Amino acid sequence: MVTKNIMIVGVGGQGTLLTSRILGGVMTDSGYEVKMSEVHGMAQRGGSVVTFVRYGSEVFEPIVEEGCADVLIAFEKLEALRYAHFLKPDGVLIVNDQRMDPMPVVMGAAEYPGNIIEDLSKQYTVISVDALSEAKKLGNAQVFNVVILGVAAKHMDFTIQQWNAVIERIVKPQFADINKKAFDVGYNLYSERKKL
Amino acid sequence: MSEAKKVMMLGNAAIARGAYEAGVKVSAAYPGTPSTEISENLVQYKDELYCEWSPNEKVAAEVAIGASMAGVRAMCSMKHVGVNVASDPLYTVSYIGVSGGLVLVAADDPGMYSSQNEQDTRMIARAAHVPVLEPSDSQEAKDYMIEAFRISEEYDTPVILRTTTRLAHSQGMVELCDRTDVPDRTYERDIAKRVMMPAMAKGRHLVVEEREKRLEADSCDLAVNRVEMRDTKIGVIASGIPYQYVREAIPDASVLKLGIVNPLPRKLIEDFAAKVDRLYIIEELEPLIELQVRAWGIDCIGKEIFTVQGEYSANMIRKAILHEDLALTTPADVPGRPPILCPGCPHRSVYTVLAGLKLHAAGDIGCYTLGAIAPLSVVDTSVCMGSSISTLHGMEKAKGKDYIRNWVAVIGDSTFMHTGVNALMNSFYNQSTGTVLILDNSTTGMTGHQDHAATGRTLQGDTVPAISIYDLCRSIGIRSVTEVDAFDIQTLEKVVREEVAKDELSVIITRFPCVMLKQRPVTHRCVSDPDKCRKCGMCLKPGCPAITKREDGTVAIDDTLCNGCDLCKQLCRFSAISDELL
Repeated sequence: MVTKNIMIVGVGGQGTLLTSRILGGVMTDSGYEVKMSEVHGMAQRGGSVVTFVRYGSEVFEPIVEEGCADVLIAFEKLEALRYAHFLKPDGVLIVNDQRMDPMPVVMGAAEYPGNIIEDLSKQYTVISVDALSEAKKLGNAQVFNVVILGVAAKHMDFTIQQWNAVIERIVKPQFADINKKAFDVGYNLYSERKKL
Repeated sequence: MSEAKKVMMLGNAAIARGAYEAGVKVSAAYPGTPSTEISENLVQYKDELYCEWSPNEKVAAEVAIGASMAGVRAMCSMKHVGVNVASDPLYTVSYIGVSGGLVLVAADDPGMYSSQNEQDTRMIARAAHVPVLEPSDSQEAKDYMIEAFRISEEYDTPVILRTTTRLAHSQGMVELCDRTDVPDRTYERDIAKRVMMPAMAKGRHLVVEEREKRLEADSCDLAVNRVEMRDTKIGVIASGIPYQYVREAIPDASVLKLGIVNPLPRKLIEDFAAKVDRLYIIEELEPLIELQVRAWGIDCIGKEIFTVQGEYSANMIRKAILHEDLALTTPADVPGRPPILCPGCPHRSVYTVLAGLKLHAAGDIGCYTLGAIAPLSVVDTSVCMGSSISTLHGMEKAKGKDYIRNWVAVIGDSTFMHTGVNALMNSFYNQSTGTVLILDNSTTGMTGHQDHAATGRTLQGDTVPAISIYDLCRSIGIRSVTEVDAFDIQTLEKVVREEVAKDELSVIITRFPCVMLKQRPVTHRCVSDPDKCRKCGMCLKPGCPAITKREDGTVAIDDTLCNGCDLCKQLCRFSAISDELL
């Protein structure tokens, strides 16, 4: 099988690591070779972060190259724009409709671009989701990342049981239920299914 | 274990697993990205081995050396700049050799994701005549760790396992094996081997030279090197992560994959070079392999088409070797998102006070280095671990005490314990008058919250007596040592004013636990009342990421980010910010 390339981008602290590890777990359970690359250390402190997940029959490098991503999952709009050029021309962007101003914008040294989702939709297949509101409805804003994962999972060939099994394995026991609920919300947010 | 078990593992977790399986009994380290998770993973085996956080890499290396001398397999791990700190024992233990196997794991950081420079540990290893193994994925990280111990004992030498950020922080499948029971070696007194005074060291230098020659010859037969003959038009010598980029970019090319990069297997390289039309050397950072290959008179292409900076990629190789036009989309021009101090970080409060007093700070290595960036813009310098106090001392000796009247040194608790305390002793001994702020957040923050000698907990989770930083400073002889709550900005401002004005060395310890520590639960959040907000911008000055402006200019506090530190509330003159209990 041709190697599939998934990228998760966001702001340090948003939980890209947990999301990529759940993804990687499901793919490993399905018998694929998986490689993932993560960001630790300084960049995690509120900076722009990116994690890569690659799976297939044989995977060499652990990173996704520019122009090679099948799926880009963005936890924040500006980060979606920053990494959009990593997508293949027919790649799919799943973007959390949330704005987090970086320091240069807060200080007035730069402007936060307008119409990000609209502009990217002209070039790529874009699925936008207000994951934070959905997570807040569940009473835990932090699980917004798993809501987005649920949205992405809808378009992948893994079963709900597989996803739940990995969530139970990776997430701390006391948070397993809320994360499974969040996943479910994301999974059922859109009825339409576009195979990734 | 009846059947082989395969699991996904971070490169650093695989290194820890390799150490465990190799029968390591003692490990010492100081945290440093990208090496920290090695010790954090190793500690799960604490019933079968001992592991610790040492105050710095020099001490960690010496602990491992002592354990090796006592006859057990031992290791230390550190980031690349930590190898500089450990290089004093490293250069000499190369002469001494080992009893139990001794491995130093060095994690380089091409691309500087979390470092102050991009140095290449292979160069240090070469200078110290220490063999280096370099794995390319998690499985090899585990396997090479075991091989490193074998080589260490067979050749009576310390061995370096070199990784890079991309390997250390990537996950791949690893097959688990059982722990090997390695019998301890018996101790025999041997001062000619272990007491490195000139007469003995002269003899040992000969041994080092002979050992390296023997290993160079033998390295051609090591299983960690692999010749992959495919199309012979292009031949590549690569090791580590760049090997993966090569396989991705030019899958048909022949590859000599080196598992050992010091000493280099000459015969193997010569034979491979003779079989291919054009030889490329693809290595990140310094041209270590390339220079040696050229010195042997072998024609090759390397740094004339590849950079010494940053990380490589498959696309980079496609462009440089195949001249492929990749027709990539241009990245969008978007505002940067540099790392920043977390909402609720006690450093932000201290820097707000220092900025208000228009002070410059000689900075150090840690989260608080971020105080250099706007809007705080307090930190003016940062060199290496522990350098804040000594650079301030140097400034004073160069220009006199009035010159540093608007300066302070800032250093974190863990960094102070690392090498800052030595600098403070010097400042006292040589009669500095400067003011040192120790930003004590009770942890090693930037690397992900590791304990140290002043936290009262060990890597293995034991509660131990904490070294009191206050008492330590007092015991040096410093008369003026003050402890202040980092969020009590009025008191802190008063104390800083007083101490900076004094004609003697003083220490101010600002205390508040890191916001990310579990011991510091968030009890409330701050909310801003738009009706009371006068749009003065005072609360925006510290650059808290939870605070933004609404379209009408009033201030909004993001309830998902705020940790309720109340710094903005203290700064607001119009009582527009209040607490909301959770």
